[in-house]
Amino acid sequence: MSGPNTDYDPVEVTPLKAEEVEAARDAALAAIAAAADLAELKQVRIDHTGDRSPLALANREIGALPPQARKEAGQRIGRARGAVNKALADRQAVLEVEHEERMLVEETVDVTVPTDRVPTGARHPLTTGAELIADIFVAMGWEVAEGPVIEAEWLNFDALNLGPDHPARTMQDTFWTDPGDDHLVLRTHTSPVQARTMLQRTPPIYVICPGRVFRTDEYDATHSPVFHQVEGLAIDEGITMAHLKGTLDHFAAQMFGEGINTRFRPSYFPFTEPSAEVDLVCFVCRGAGELDGSSCRTCRGEGWIEWGGCGVVNPRVLAACGVDAERYTGFAFGMGIDRTLMFRHGIEDLRELFEGDVRFTTAFGTEL
Amino acid sequence: MKAPASWIREYVDLPAGVTTEELAARLTALGLKLEAIVSPGDRITGPLVVGKVLTKEPEPQKNGKTINWCTVDVGAANGTGEPQGIVCGAHNFAPGDLVVVVLPGGVLPGDFAISARKTYGHVSAGMICSARELGLGEDHDGIIVLPEGAGEPGESAFPLLGLDDDVIEFEINPDRAYALSLRGIAREAALAYDAPYRDPADRALPEPNATGHPVRIDDPVGCPVFVARKVTGFDPTAASPDWMVRRLTQAGMRPISLAVDVTNYVMLEIGRPIHGYDADRVRGPIGVRRAREGERVTTLDGAERILSIEDLVVTDDSGIIGLGGVMGGETTEMSETTTSILVEAAHWDAVSMFRTGKRHKITSEAGKRNERGVDPVVTQAAADRVVELLTTFGGGTADPGVTVVGLPPEQPRITISYDLPARVTGMPIDAATTVAHLEAVGCVLEKGDTTLTATTPPWRPDLTDPFDLVEEVARVVGYDRVPSVLPREAAGRGLTREQRLRRRVGRTLAGAGCAEVISFPFVGDATFDALGLAADDVRRATVRLANPLSSEEPSYTTTLLPGLLKAVARNLGRGAPGVALFETGTVAFPADRGPAPIYGVDWRPSDDELAKLFEAIPDQPLHLAVVLAGERERAGWWGEGRDAGWADAVGLVRRLGAELGVGVDVAAARRMPWHPGRCAEVRVAGPETGVVLGHAGELHPKVCQAFGIPARSAALEIDLDALMRHARDVVPGPDFSTYPVAKEDVALVVDAKVRSVAVETALREGAGDLLESVRLFDVYTGEQLGEGKKSLAFALRFRADDRTLTEEETAAARDAAVALAAERTGAVQR
Repeated sequence: MSGPNTDYDPVEVTPLKAEEVEAARDAALAAIAAAADLAELKQVRIDHTGDRSPLALANREIGALPPQARKEAGQRIGRARGAVNKALADRQAVLEVEHEERMLVEETVDVTVPTDRVPTGARHPLTTGAELIADIFVAMGWEVAEGPVIEAEWLNFDALNLGPDHPARTMQDTFWTDPGDDHLVLRTHTSPVQARTMLQRTPPIYVICPGRVFRTDEYDATHSPVFHQVEGLAIDEGITMAHLKGTLDHFAAQMFGEGINTRFRPSYFPFTEPSAEVDLVCFVCRGAGELDGSSCRTCRGEGWIEWGGCGVVNPRVLAACGVDAERYTGFAFGMGIDRTLMFRHGIEDLRELFEGDVRFTTAFGTEL
Repeated sequence: MKAPASWIREYVDLPAGVTTEELAARLTALGLKLEAIVSPGDRITGPLVVGKVLTKEPEPQKNGKTINWCTVDVGAANGTGEPQGIVCGAHNFAPGDLVVVVLPGGVLPGDFAISARKTYGHVSAGMICSARELGLGEDHDGIIVLPEGAGEPGESAFPLLGLDDDVIEFEINPDRAYALSLRGIAREAALAYDAPYRDPADRALPEPNATGHPVRIDDPVGCPVFVARKVTGFDPTAASPDWMVRRLTQAGMRPISLAVDVTNYVMLEIGRPIHGYDADRVRGPIGVRRAREGERVTTLDGAERILSIEDLVVTDDSGIIGLGGVMGGETTEMSETTTSILVEAAHWDAVSMFRTGKRHKITSEAGKRNERGVDPVVTQAAADRVVELLTTFGGGTADPGVTVVGLPPEQPRITISYDLPARVTGMPIDAATTVAHLEAVGCVLEKGDTTLTATTPPWRPDLTDPFDLVEEVARVVGYDRVPSVLPREAAGRGLTREQRLRRRVGRTLAGAGCAEVISFPFVGDATFDALGLAADDVRRATVRLANPLSSEEPSYTTTLLPGLLKAVARNLGRGAPGVALFETGTVAFPADRGPAPIYGVDWRPSDDELAKLFEAIPDQPLHLAVVLAGERERAGWWGEGRDAGWADAVGLVRRLGAELGVGVDVAAARRMPWHPGRCAEVRVAGPETGVVLGHAGELHPKVCQAFGIPARSAALEIDLDALMRHARDVVPGPDFSTYPVAKEDVALVVDAKVRSVAVETALREGAGDLLESVRLFDVYTGEQLGEGKKSLAFALRFRADDRTLTEEETAAARDAAVALAAERTGAVQR
């Protein structure tokens, strides 16, 4: 800020002349208008409003004028400087917009280049499939029970009404541990978890038991010595086959879509009586057996897909597991998770589930 | 069980128009599961006709083969009535024989279209067919020669060959052994259609007498009934009638000789296995007893069997002549010279049959029926039917002696309340329906006011419990009528803590670019050798399988790494540039706490008994393992890629710890299969320091080589149960300062052997409460530092809760930190 100038240079007084002030203003306005970019404008600002610019110098001279002349000169120079500053600000705004637009254009990249620096992970569909099933049942108020895969023979067989001479024991070719009189097996189904649950809890019981099971099957496109099951068990007062049907219909609809329900066919399992096979309406052809004029591949033209087994819990099982069979009834069901996923996702070869090829796994992502 | 539809219909009058498909569907709904319907004629389109060979000229060919140029009378079937000229390669026929001819225009199985074609210098207008060409069996020894008078030339051959007879194949559940016979299947068909039924076992029987072959039963529990009949003057060369051969073939049994075919036929018809002895080779009275330990018998299949005291045997004066109900003995076997046949129809204890079959590894059609339970009442009828067929077709005479020893066991009686079927099934089944359906399946009922007592039919040994009767009523009502009702909503507790944590672990690893794998948990010594485990490594002590899939891998695994390493090699072998795989699964360590007890099943074991049972089960902790190999970050326009290394493995454990709120400490360790200088032991930090979670680091080069994966591949394996046990349940809300941070970087030169964690700990402790964090950001070695030295650069961040720190305060804290590091680790600030 310049104070009253008592040491003025008479030579520099000329800018105080009206025509010179206006000339300086016009020169500044012209230069502002001519500035092509922000750098040029910056120089114009220095040249025309800086300390050594004519208008600044003129302004500094005002104090040296006789008091009667100051007012007029002050007003004249003030107007000129105001006009220049406004022009500068306006031009600055215009050039900034232009600059930003140009910069954004210049910074354009090819967004189509790959960005996969870190590989994608995934969880196994058998894991996420079991979770999906668990979530369906948990939403109904059920719980998820688990147990060991190396299991006591008594829990895997005897407690489930599969006595030592039961023909069904030969149906399930079992891995026994060595020595055999340790009475341990690799569980052939997740039913021992049901037995454990009944032995350790009191009704009402609503649990599903997903997990890994073992049978001495050859390994091929549809069989595996290691596979996965989910079983369900409900024990409560007044439980009937109708509740079993309702539960499985709900499960089927949640898993495969509204309108996909189940049918029962009489069957035989030692742990249930009455027993039934469960078939699922084919969710691809929706039971028609054909699709676009040709036989449905998913259900092989049957309209139904074999899904699992089920039934009313045999009272003998309830007795062995300490459930009061006079007061409670129950139902149980079971199906293969592997097989369910195979037809749900059109997986042709069971072995794909166990090979560990990341191309298979990553296709399913982290949730089913 | 394969059942020809025509055979079923012989015993039941099905409503008009019922197709085989409908019948099979109705039977499936009753519990006999349809496997397949085989209609041999479906794959053949006519004209397939009877032909009479008129002439047969053998013509040797240059290729050494002889063909026959034949003329065959096919009646008017060829449209002209003229003999048909046909070239035939088979020789098992003569002029005058009736044969099966497919004429041009016909199509045989396999889309084999027949046309008149020039061959061996003749125009062969059709083909004389073999059984195999018609899809009727594997017999290709020659063409089919029909019996004399089987039909007229030109007549359709379809009915003659049974080509118009569908065969329904059922899967018979173990509880429905009665359906392993046409008698049983037809009974179900009658039930399905409420149609009239004729029981093939219902026949007029001769009175038992004392003149038959003497039989003594010493074990009436094992063999309650033994019937013996005899046929003499039997012609051993007599052929089985065609219908019998056809039905046996349709049912999947191989025709052998009349005597054998008849016993098989009656077994299929009535369900009762029959054994035929060469009566002339039986010495004296027949006895039935349990074997003595170590006794021997050579069975029909030529195998010498060493017997146990549980085996039931049939004896004569010479000793043991058969394993009762399972397989006959060699010494009394019928042969091509047998003219006198002793027919045995006996009822055997099912459990004994099962055990003997299992002990001697014998599976047979007879054994299959006897071990599942056969109608004990039809022994005499079956024997009588055998005698009838043997005498009718084998020209023999029925001996008037009829031996019947023993009585069929009494049938069980089951009492249920009338409403039990309704209560169990949820279907509105009233008392009248219950009564009607139980009577329809053959129960004899005594009806009380609120309960009924059913005497079960003798062909249904599976019916023993009240709920068995419920199933009978339910299946007749129809399982399709079961309503669909959701049970009441249970007050569930949701997923358990471990179940939720496992999901978090999986998502964390997937988020870190790892793909989950599920592999088989079987390993063997070679696997442990490849991992470089020492001979006394605890991981070599496994739970072994008595019957492993492969003798190379007889154990349940103690580590998840082998499966992952194989999967890594597979992925890289298939062209993946890099792979990060993880698996969560149980491993097993032997319990060696004695055998698991076997308890009764009539009531719950006591809590103590249960505890003992659970105690005997091997420890099966849940493990987590990761293997990283090859490219971890890809090269690209952003720059170089980066291969996985030890730090990725250690980093993943830390990341999991952070995700689960478990502080983890890392220390150097030596453990196979890791590189001895690049292996970290991971422990739980804090008050429970000492709980080892597992190990992480670079794999030993030899291990990489053994599994065929790149050197420097990294791996981790931890006890996931242990990690989850330490997971934080409820996270307290964090409290942090919003005053400005003060940053100080220090570079400290230490001996190369000094662990960075030691320097860091000293800095942390020396810096005091103002320190917010310390982080190693650079490690430098170089000539200026001198041999055996390294420079560690740490970024320290200071912050106070209540004020902005002054430069002096920050510098003082930094200096204190460096001073303690110098004191403890000899660090010198650069």
